[in-house]
Amino acid sequence: MIRKRLSLFNIFNGLFMLFWCFITIYPMWFILINAFNSSAAANLGTVKLWPKEFSVESFQVVLGDPDILNGFLVTTLRTVIATSIHVIFTALVAYGMSKRYLIGRKIYMRIALITMLFNGGLIPNFLLMTKLGLYNNFLVFVIPAMYTFFDMIIFINFFRTIPASLEESAKVDGASDYTIFFRIVLPNSKAVLATISLFAAVYHWNDYYQGVIYIRNQNLLPLQTLLYKIIAENSMNLMQQQAMDRFGARLPGNSIKFASMVVATVPILVVYPFVQKYLVKGFMLGAVKA
Amino acid sequence: MRGQINKISKAQVQQSPAVVKPRSSGTLGHRIRNQWQLQSMVIPGIVWMLIFSYVPMFFLGIAFFDYNIAKPIYESSFVGLKHFREFLGDPRFWRSIRNTLGMSSIKLFLGFPIPIIFALLLNEIRSTKLKRQVQTITYLPHFIAWTIFGGIVMNWLASDGIINDLLLFIGLSDRRMNYMSSADHFWWIIFVSDTVKETGWSAIIYLAAISGIDPGLYEAAALDGANRWQRMFHITLQSIRPTISMLLILAISGIFSSNFDQIFMLKNNMNLKAAESLDLFIYNMGLVMSRHSFSTAVLFARSIVALLLLLFANKATDKISGEGIL
Repeated sequence: MIRKRLSLFNIFNGLFMLFWCFITIYPMWFILINAFNSSAAANLGTVKLWPKEFSVESFQVVLGDPDILNGFLVTTLRTVIATSIHVIFTALVAYGMSKRYLIGRKIYMRIALITMLFNGGLIPNFLLMTKLGLYNNFLVFVIPAMYTFFDMIIFINFFRTIPASLEESAKVDGASDYTIFFRIVLPNSKAVLATISLFAAVYHWNDYYQGVIYIRNQNLLPLQTLLYKIIAENSMNLMQQQAMDRFGARLPGNSIKFASMVVATVPILVVYPFVQKYLVKGFMLGAVKA
Repeated sequence: MRGQINKISKAQVQQSPAVVKPRSSGTLGHRIRNQWQLQSMVIPGIVWMLIFSYVPMFFLGIAFFDYNIAKPIYESSFVGLKHFREFLGDPRFWRSIRNTLGMSSIKLFLGFPIPIIFALLLNEIRSTKLKRQVQTITYLPHFIAWTIFGGIVMNWLASDGIINDLLLFIGLSDRRMNYMSSADHFWWIIFVSDTVKETGWSAIIYLAAISGIDPGLYEAAALDGANRWQRMFHITLQSIRPTISMLLILAISGIFSSNFDQIFMLKNNMNLKAAESLDLFIYNMGLVMSRHSFSTAVLFARSIVALLLLLFANKATDKISGEGIL
């Protein structure tokens, strides 16, 4: 039906797509090559295609920095703990809400819906966290992120597609709702569990703002918040000092910045090709509802 | 335990059979007790919502008081609309409104069609494998944190950065300057960096809509002699019109909010004049300067406006596609 020959349009379209791929990939490449550039070469400015002098010294500084290592640990713990609690908690609420015979379901749903229309916002949330003792507390990453309305809706829609016969036969055998949930419903929901966990994990890994607002204790700062301070506020005196002790020369700030960026992005880049499909599926699940 | 059972049976006896709904057995209390496990799954969620969503709504009330964080709310004095009058007379507030609307308008008028065009063009690529590869690559920046992406933006726009190199090379500029420290460029920096980061990802929803179009339509059009552009405009674009209008209305209802992650990362003292959006204004007043009541008044007003815009958007979506979002 459509002619197969290469038209002018096809050539331009292909070039345009190539160009777009280039501008989305190149920033990543740029960080990488500059992180591996030696300090002497970095003094001459950033490189554009390939390191002038290949070196891992900025990684030695970054990975030897106790603050960065601690930030990495905080972020990893936060991502794992907050994501698992979010998924289990939201799935439990959604499972109950997915049952049409649940008493009070209409009221519960109304309570949940109103939170979509109206919410407190920054200052009221800040006051609440302070009053609850969550200010400067690791749990501020976990508890306020336990539930989201959209994830609940995605779970509800998915749970309703599970054949009722599966649950009914278990019920006849005398299984409780919790047994059914953990033994039958969850094992049959792997796809939706994967997508929701991934989105939550990416959020927790990338978020720097909660750390800026709620954390003062240096030991509780997530990696991205540290990165924010290093990049946007230029507060890297300690690391530069260490670099000076170590290499006897002032390691250019940019090298260290780029190496920190690589350290913070590698986990995302490593898992991205494998989970990309799930992320798209999850986005569609959410978008169909919205 | 026994007492409870007695109570239930007594209540059961008192309940007249006519009131009991069909298929339900026993009284409300009895039925709730029968599903206590389901209830115990849902109720913690409701409690969470009451604490983390409803208590903050209640805290919005401090907009009408002179609230001091060290004292309980009931000890602070009621001041009525004082803080509302104050922010309405504050030129910095109006500047933040201007910045928010400025950045949103660029995003709406120039940015909104970009993912649509991108999806249409991507759809014209015939090799499925190539299409998928382009998608995988262009989605990637969406998952990179703004700390990282903002770091690159700052580096590239610095006076020794590659944007200056490029502009000097092609002759579009004759001197080096740090674009990050100029208020004149900030809105455009926000727009371009957002476009690079999000276009691929935003195109997904249009691509999904396009993939749902009946291929028979294209065949029929091709038989009638429609060329590529005619097919693109009269079939593809027409078929995804409901998706486009829905997203457009949602975008319009969001004009008073900004991408805080992005702005917070890219703002600095030199460009603050153009960078301070309403969100950033609320942050600076409330958390940096600790004027809690004042910035809560701004939040309160914005919540009302946002609610009205959302209800309007819902109504409009209802009219256009017959399917409201609420």
